[in-house]
Amino acid sequence: MSETKKTTIVLFSGDYDKAMAAYIIANGAAAYDHEVTIFHTFWGLNALRKEDHVPVKKGLLEKMFGKMMPRGADKMGISKMNMAGMGPKMIKHVMKKHNAMTLPQLIELAQEQDIKLVACTMTMDLLGLDQAELLEGIDYAGVAAYLADAQDGNVNLFI
Amino acid sequence: MNVTKVLDAKGLACPMPVVRARKTMKEMETGEILEIFTTDKGSVADLTAWAKSSGHEMVDQKEDTGVFTFWIKKG
Repeated sequence: MSETKKTTIVLFSGDYDKAMAAYIIANGAAAYDHEVTIFHTFWGLNALRKEDHVPVKKGLLEKMFGKMMPRGADKMGISKMNMAGMGPKMIKHVMKKHNAMTLPQLIELAQEQDIKLVACTMTMDLLGLDQAELLEGIDYAGVAAYLADAQDGNVNLFI
Repeated sequence: MNVTKVLDAKGLACPMPVVRARKTMKEMETGEILEIFTTDKGSVADLTAWAKSSGHEMVDQKEDTGVFTFWIKKG
């Protein structure tokens, strides 16, 4: 085999279905022995949030953002037919029937497969998210660190 | 065929068959053969492409009443 190939994904979306697609591709790429990075920015950061409320000192706007955004992957809505939360319930039911992995399981698998999960620190500030509110074992970086990975990437996606 | 390891991936959906295949293959030696069972229709194209790209050899494959069987030799 030749040298290690790289896959990078920018996860911008905070939709459950789009994040699922990102994580399935990431886990597949890891099975191809690629070095995989998922760079979470804007609404994609919500996939990395802990489910439990973490008390952090914040301003009023940041507090509001924190309340309105989904706390963790399992709480995210879907991009079509969300129907005020009915859609995700239905899709999770169908996924169970077809034995598909849920988003939280895919994220756990990604961590097991040593996929580098990165949170964009600039958008964390904008959305008022603190490191204490995000999952353990992730990296924090900005655009330059992403580009360092992406410039030698064989697969680069923006989702 | 001299099968070294068997992987039962029946009922597992994408991307699990390939993820498990890679994990099992890591524990094997070059030249050994891995037998894989799946039911996911996409796994036929997936495992074929994965074996080729990862330097393994798809020795044989068959389908019997919805169950796919693959024999992949580690490269």
